[in-house]
Amino acid sequence: MRKTSAGRSAAAACALLLAVTACGSDDGDRAAKAPEKLGKGEGKVNIIAWAGYAEDGSNDPDADWVHPFEKKTGCRVDTKVAGTSDEMVSLMKTGQYDTVSASGDATLRLIASGDAAPVNTELVPHYKDIFPGLKMRPFNSKDGRMYGIPHGRGANLLMYRTDKVSAAPDSWRAVFEDADAHSGHVTAYDSPIYIADAALYLMKTKPSLGIKDPYALDRGQLDAAVALLKKQHRAIGEYWSDYQKEITAFRSGDSVIGTTWQVIANLAQADKAPVKAVMPKEGATGWSDTWMVSTKAAHPNCAYKWLDWIVSPKVNAQVAEYFGEAPANAKACAETADPRHCAVYHADDESYYRRVHFWTTPIKQCLDGRENTTCTDYAQWTRAWTEIKG
Amino acid sequence: MRAPTARPAQDPGPAEGPPPRPAPSPGARPAPGPRAAARLRLAARLRLAALLGPPLLWLTLAYLGSLAVLLVSAFWTTDSFTSDVVRTWTTDNLHELLTTPVYRTIALRTVSIAIAVTLIDAVLALPMAFFMARVAGRRWRRPLLVAVLTPLWAGYLVKAYAWRVMLGHDGVLNRTLAPLGLHGPGYGTTAVVVVLAYLWLPYMILPVYAALERIPERTLEASADLGAGPWRTLRSIVLPAARPALLAGSVFTFSLSLGDYLTVQIVGGKTQLIGNVIASQVTLDLPMAAALSAVPVVLIVCYLAAVRRAGALDSL
Repeated sequence: MRKTSAGRSAAAACALLLAVTACGSDDGDRAAKAPEKLGKGEGKVNIIAWAGYAEDGSNDPDADWVHPFEKKTGCRVDTKVAGTSDEMVSLMKTGQYDTVSASGDATLRLIASGDAAPVNTELVPHYKDIFPGLKMRPFNSKDGRMYGIPHGRGANLLMYRTDKVSAAPDSWRAVFEDADAHSGHVTAYDSPIYIADAALYLMKTKPSLGIKDPYALDRGQLDAAVALLKKQHRAIGEYWSDYQKEITAFRSGDSVIGTTWQVIANLAQADKAPVKAVMPKEGATGWSDTWMVSTKAAHPNCAYKWLDWIVSPKVNAQVAEYFGEAPANAKACAETADPRHCAVYHADDESYYRRVHFWTTPIKQCLDGRENTTCTDYAQWTRAWTEIKG
Repeated sequence: MRAPTARPAQDPGPAEGPPPRPAPSPGARPAPGPRAAARLRLAARLRLAALLGPPLLWLTLAYLGSLAVLLVSAFWTTDSFTSDVVRTWTTDNLHELLTTPVYRTIALRTVSIAIAVTLIDAVLALPMAFFMARVAGRRWRRPLLVAVLTPLWAGYLVKAYAWRVMLGHDGVLNRTLAPLGLHGPGYGTTAVVVVLAYLWLPYMILPVYAALERIPERTLEASADLGAGPWRTLRSIVLPAARPALLAGSVFTFSLSLGDYLTVQIVGGKTQLIGNVIASQVTLDLPMAAALSAVPVVLIVCYLAAVRRAGALDSL
């Protein structure tokens, strides 16, 4: 009797496992379609966002574009703040969210795994005002179809303490070959994607390596970037991924030179830290965020309403100013509280952004079009990053 | 079966504990017959089962179960691009773990830090606990104990960030040392050891204090009467008495240091420990993270086995 019941429960467990596995591999239909037209709002939308992208006034009473959205559309907003691109990818896999503000190093992964659906831009009226430089880019489109609505962009700049770094740097050389000058006080962004910064520097300074795109590295090119970063590691004080930590490190002088975002430079200067951020002559890596819709979205109509809301001129200007980035909507520049905002962030300066290599997920198929070799993918970059940090 | 059920019938009252209520109101109800007693006994067993069931279920399903799932998933793999877990059986992760030099370096560094923290805590805790247990007057023991425990009430992150501020470039430590021409360790491995030793010190002091308090005064007096100096008494009486407690405390300091990844993020500078590697892999490559998690699990099991042989777990 006992044996039978044990056998039965074992069988049940196996059946459950099979069912779970079957569910896992039941994603055969990956050619998700964009909706032709929108229906009524579902009364709710679940969002994954970077901190500061979906503010409801709880952090700063003046920063609230969630409540007006709820009032206008009747869609209640539930926001899940994610700290990293990797976290966004894993949250999207749960299928419980409708839309996500994905950066370029998450977007392609979400498209390939079938978690993000193509977006019918006709249904997002404000899409027509988006800067042309952000449309149909390799990190937000596939086969000529947009997989999201651009939100805004920024560049990873070189920041330094004006009192500690005597000669104003104009090259990434300051954090690579010349890093020893500030040994123990150099900082770098703590993510595998930072390997692209080294690749970009090598692309400009070592043409013999043949790097055409910092996100398309074959084995030898990756090894060269890793060697450069290992050398840099000796001079690193600490790596940063939390922007508050970076601000305090620069204010206290624990970091005196390294990568930054514009928003960090602004906040540090507001804190009276003598810092300056520049775009080095080699150009820079950068990030461009895209609002994507989940293929399993339970509230697609409200998600589309959110997409249109967040890139509408007024709201896009609010987000861009609060977070400290360039808005995606050209008309947003007329709406910012600080009339110089778009100039400071080079929002309409396409030549500035041509020098910015936006984060893209490295994949085996070389993104620079090389056919005769395979490139290193993000998993290899992750392993390399662990190795660099030792 | 009959004998035990009959017993309460003959002797109702205090032996049975709360169930037979008649004691407060004697004579209100007749003493329960054998059948009622059997029912009571069954009820007591059911109560015991109800009491122990949920925690046992929790322990086996939630605790051991999740550990088992974790270890099983170490044998899976992921799609390198989409990070989807692919459920095919492979030992690649373990192979990579054992053959990649960087993981060995990180594991060694983590273990060294855990050992250093444990040694520092042992060296600090022994005199402090001895003072509290044997030297300080009875009136002072309780305030001292509270003083040792108080830091445990403050948040972990608060304490770690406080150390970040202290150890910073223009922090208190550097400013104090500057007139002497010295400067603090800055962020790095040393800072991690110092902060972890600070964080886990109470876990070492408490068991040692309890052990030293139990040493009979007579033994120490006898040692002195027989002509032993303080060192000899320390070596032959105090240390043997404190040894199991030191080992028990070291289980806490060692395992807590081994699993830590937040302190190192806050004051570790560029230092990387096993916990950081697991944390950075967990969303991206769950099977690899699971394989990496096996390292601290194995290390702690080995440590516990070694400590158990030394008989320290008896005093936990």
